[in-house]
Amino acid sequence: MENMVNVYFFGKRYQVPADLTIMTAMEYAGYTLKRGCGCRHGFCGACATIYRIKGQNELKTCLACQTQVQEGMYVASIPFFPTDKRTYEINDLKADQRVMMELYPEIYSCIGCNACTNACTQNLNVMQYIAYAQRGELEKCAEESFDCIGCGCCSVRCPAGISHPLVGVLARRLTGKYIAPESEHLTNRVDEINKGAYDELIEQIMQKPITEMQELYNHRDIEK
Amino acid sequence: MFTPDMLESIKKVEATRAERMGVEPRRMTAEEKDSLLKAFHPDYRADGFAEIQIGPNKGQKAPKELTGLLHSNSRLLQDKVDLSKVDYDVDVLVIGGGGAGSSAAIEAHEAGANVMMVTKLRIGDANTMMAEGGIQAADKENDSPVQHYLDAFGGGHFAARPELLRRLVMEAPDAIRWLNELGVMFDKDEDGRMVTTHGGGTSRKRMHACKDYSGAEIMRTLRDEVLNRKIPVVEFTSAVELIKDEKGQVAGAVLLNMETDDYLVARAKTVIIATGGAGRLHYQNFPTSNHYGATADGLVLGYRAGAPLLYQDTIQYHPTGVAYPSQIFGALVTEKVRSLGAMLINKDGEAFMHPLETRDVSAASIIRECSERGKGVDTPLGSGVWLDTPMIEMIGGEGTIEKRIPAMLRMYLNYGIDMRKQPILIYPTLHYQNGGLEIGGEGFTKTIPNLLVAGEAVGGIHGRNRLMGNSLLDIIVFGRNAGKAAAAKAKDVELGTMNLDHIYSYAEELKAAGIETEEVSPLLLPKYARHER
Ligand SMILES: Cc1cc2nc3c(=O)[nH]c(=O)nc-3n(C[C@H](O)[C@H](O)[C@H](O)COP(=O)(O)OP(=O)(O)OC[C@H]3O[C@@H](n4cnc5c(N)ncnc54)[C@H](O)[C@@H]3O)c2cc1C
Ligand code: SF4
Ligand code: SF4
Ligand code: FES
Repeated sequence: MENMVNVYFFGKRYQVPADLTIMTAMEYAGYTLKRGCGCRHGFCGACATIYRIKGQNELKTCLACQTQVQEGMYVASIPFFPTDKRTYEINDLKADQRVMMELYPEIYSCIGCNACTNACTQNLNVMQYIAYAQRGELEKCAEESFDCIGCGCCSVRCPAGISHPLVGVLARRLTGKYIAPESEHLTNRVDEINKGAYDELIEQIMQKPITEMQELYNHRDIEK
Repeated sequence: MFTPDMLESIKKVEATRAERMGVEPRRMTAEEKDSLLKAFHPDYRADGFAEIQIGPNKGQKAPKELTGLLHSNSRLLQDKVDLSKVDYDVDVLVIGGGGAGSSAAIEAHEAGANVMMVTKLRIGDANTMMAEGGIQAADKENDSPVQHYLDAFGGGHFAARPELLRRLVMEAPDAIRWLNELGVMFDKDEDGRMVTTHGGGTSRKRMHACKDYSGAEIMRTLRDEVLNRKIPVVEFTSAVELIKDEKGQVAGAVLLNMETDDYLVARAKTVIIATGGAGRLHYQNFPTSNHYGATADGLVLGYRAGAPLLYQDTIQYHPTGVAYPSQIFGALVTEKVRSLGAMLINKDGEAFMHPLETRDVSAASIIRECSERGKGVDTPLGSGVWLDTPMIEMIGGEGTIEKRIPAMLRMYLNYGIDMRKQPILIYPTLHYQNGGLEIGGEGFTKTIPNLLVAGEAVGGIHGRNRLMGNSLLDIIVFGRNAGKAAAAKAKDVELGTMNLDHIYSYAEELKAAGIETEEVSPLLLPKYARHER
C-alpha cells in the first residue's frame, strides 16, 4: 500500500500518495487544472500557493509544481493576484533613480517588514532588491531579482501593496538595455550581414550537394 | 536523498572522477552514430508510429498520438458557432502567447497593424519560459553565419529546408541585437563581450545565455513589451478551429474560453499559428520537459484547414531529463550542465560517451546504456545514468554551479540533492517537436496564402534534429518575420464570407477512410485528473 497523507484543498480533505507534488496531488484528487498550472517545472510562476500545516501558526507560500505534499497541509492556490503593471515606452526611459520614483513610487512606502523575502518561492532577497530599486541601484536590483519567476507570492504578503516582480522586470530591462556595456562584436556582425558580406558565401553553401555537405560537416574543425 | 543502491553507485563514480578529469571521451564516427540511432532512438521504433490516413500527408507516418488527433473530429461538428457574430475583428491574429507569438505581435504592432493575441493559458505560460541553456548566433570573430549553417544542417541530418535555415542563421545576430535592445540581460563580460559556450553539435562557441534562465529572461521581456504596447492579449482562450472563406484564405479562428466554455469568433486578415510543441502528448509514454499546454493544437487545426506537415515523424528526446527524484521526473536538466564539463557516467563509473554529441545520438546512447548494456541505475520509475555535476566545480572553480546554473541547483536542492557535491540521475525526456507545419521562406504556409506559422509549430527549419539554442533563435527570427509579413499582407487581403466548410469536408474524408471516432481534437489540455486518465 502506498504511503498516503491527508491534505486539504480549499478546506476539503483528500488522501493522496505522499510522494506527489501539490499539483499532481490535486490531479490525483480529481481536479482538472486550468488556472494555476503553466510550465509544471518551476519556471512560470503560475502555480503560486499558500498553505498552513494543521496545528501550526505559520503561513507558507510555495510553488505547487515544486512542493511535495505533507500530512495535514491546508492548501489554497493563488492563480491570480492583481499586481499593478505600469506601462512605458522603454526607448524613452533613462536608467536613473527617477525612473522608479515615477513608475513605481509605492516602493518608497516599504516598511521593511521582510514579509516579501520570507514569502519568496525562489528564496530571493526581495526586500533587498526593492531597497536597491529605491536607491536607483538598478543593476543591483536586476541581479538580485534575476531568478524571479513572477509568482507574486511576495506581493500577496506586502502591506505596502508593492508589485515586486514588475519592479524587477523594469530594473532588468533598463540594465540589459542601458547599463550593460555594448557588445561590439555583435554590432559589427549585424553591420557586416546588412552590408551583404555573407550573401555570396551563404548562397554557395546552400547550393552544395549533400555529399559535399557531409564531407564538410564530418571534418569541420571544432573550437576547443 | 538517494537510495542505498544509488549511493553505492555514486562511490564508483567518485572513484573514477580524478582519472576522467581532462580526458575527453572519444566522439563517435558517422557510422557508429547511424547504427546507434537506428537501434535505439525512439524515432525508429515502428510501434510508436501510425500512418496518417487522410489529408495532405496521407500515407506518411506520425507518432501514434498525433495521428490519433489528426483522425479525430472537430468540436464544432457538435457545438455550433454562429460565425456572423464577430467578437474580434483585426488585421493580424496571433495564436499562442510564447516567444514566437510575442515576437510576432510586437513586430506586427510596430508595423502599424491592428494585432491581437489569444493564448491558452497566460501569456508566457509556454515552452519559451522554460528554456534554460541559451540561444545561438554567429557573432564572434572566429564564427560566421556560414559555419552556423553547416552545424545546423549537419546536426539536422541534412534535411533542413535551405531557405529557412538561411534566414535562421543570417538573421541570428540581429535577433540577439533586437532582444538586447529590448533589455534582455545576456551574460557578458566587463567589456561587453557575450559569454558564449558550446552546445551539442556546435563547432564554435556561439551559445548566448542569461544564466540558466535564458528563455525566462527573453519571455518576460517580450511579455512586458507586448503589455507596454497595449496589444490585446486574450488569455485562457484557445483557438479550436481556423475559419476560412470561399477564396481559400484563412479568415480568422473560432476561440474557446477555457473557463466558461463559451465560443468566440475572431475575424482576421492574416493568422499566425504560434502554438508551440507537443510534449504533453507523451509519445511512447515518455515524460516531458514541456509546459502544460504543449498538445500540438496548431498542427491539428492547420492540417484540418489544409496546410501540410513536414517531418512530423521526428521528435527530439532531450538526453538529460530528470530520472530521479520522481516529483520532478521528466523535467529538463539543461545541456549547459554538460557544456560546463559534467560527464555522462554509467552505474559502474565509466564515461560511456562524449558528453556533447548531438541530442539524438546522446539520447540513443543513454537508452542503450540503460537497456541493452544493463549499465543504468534503477530508479522507482525506470532507470537512468549519472551526470557527474561535481566535475563542474572542479573545472570551473567553486561557485560555478550557483553562478551559471542556479535554476538547476535550486530544483535539486528542493529535494535534498546538492548537485555540487553529488552527481544527478538523468534519462531522456520528450522535449521538442522537430517537425510541424510546412512554410516557405517568407513564413507563409504553402497552401493558404494568408496563414503563417512561427516557432516550434513550424517544420523544416532544423531538419530532422535541432541543435540546442537554435529554437529560441528560430522563435525570434521567424516570429519577428511572421509579424512583419502578416502586417504587410493584411493590407492586401480582402476577406470573403467566413465559413467552416473545411471541417465538414474533413469529416467526410475521415468517414470515407473508414475512421469513426468519438474523440475530438485539438486536445487543448492533457488528461491528468485521475478520473480522466
Ligand atoms: C524545458 C525546455 C528547455 C528548453 N531549452 C532551450 C534552450 O536552451 N535553447 C533553445 O533554443 N530552445 C530550448 N527549448 C526549446 C524552446 O524553448 C521552444 O521550442 C520554444 O521556446 C518554443 O516557442 P514557441 O513560441 O514556438 O512555443 P511556446 O513558447 O510553447 O508558446 C506556445 C504558446 O501557444 C499556446 N497555445 C497552444 N495551443 C494553443 C491554442 N490552441 N490556442 C491558443 N494558444 C495555444 C501555448 O499555451 C503557449 O503559450 C527548450 C524547451 C523546453 C521545454
Ligand atoms: S520575488 Fe519573484 S519569485 Fe520571489 S515571491 Fe516574488 S514574484 Fe515570486
Ligand atoms: S513586504 Fe512590502 S513592506 Fe514588507 S519589506 Fe517587503 S516590500 Fe517592504
Ligand atoms: S507551473 Fe510554472 S512554476 Fe509551477
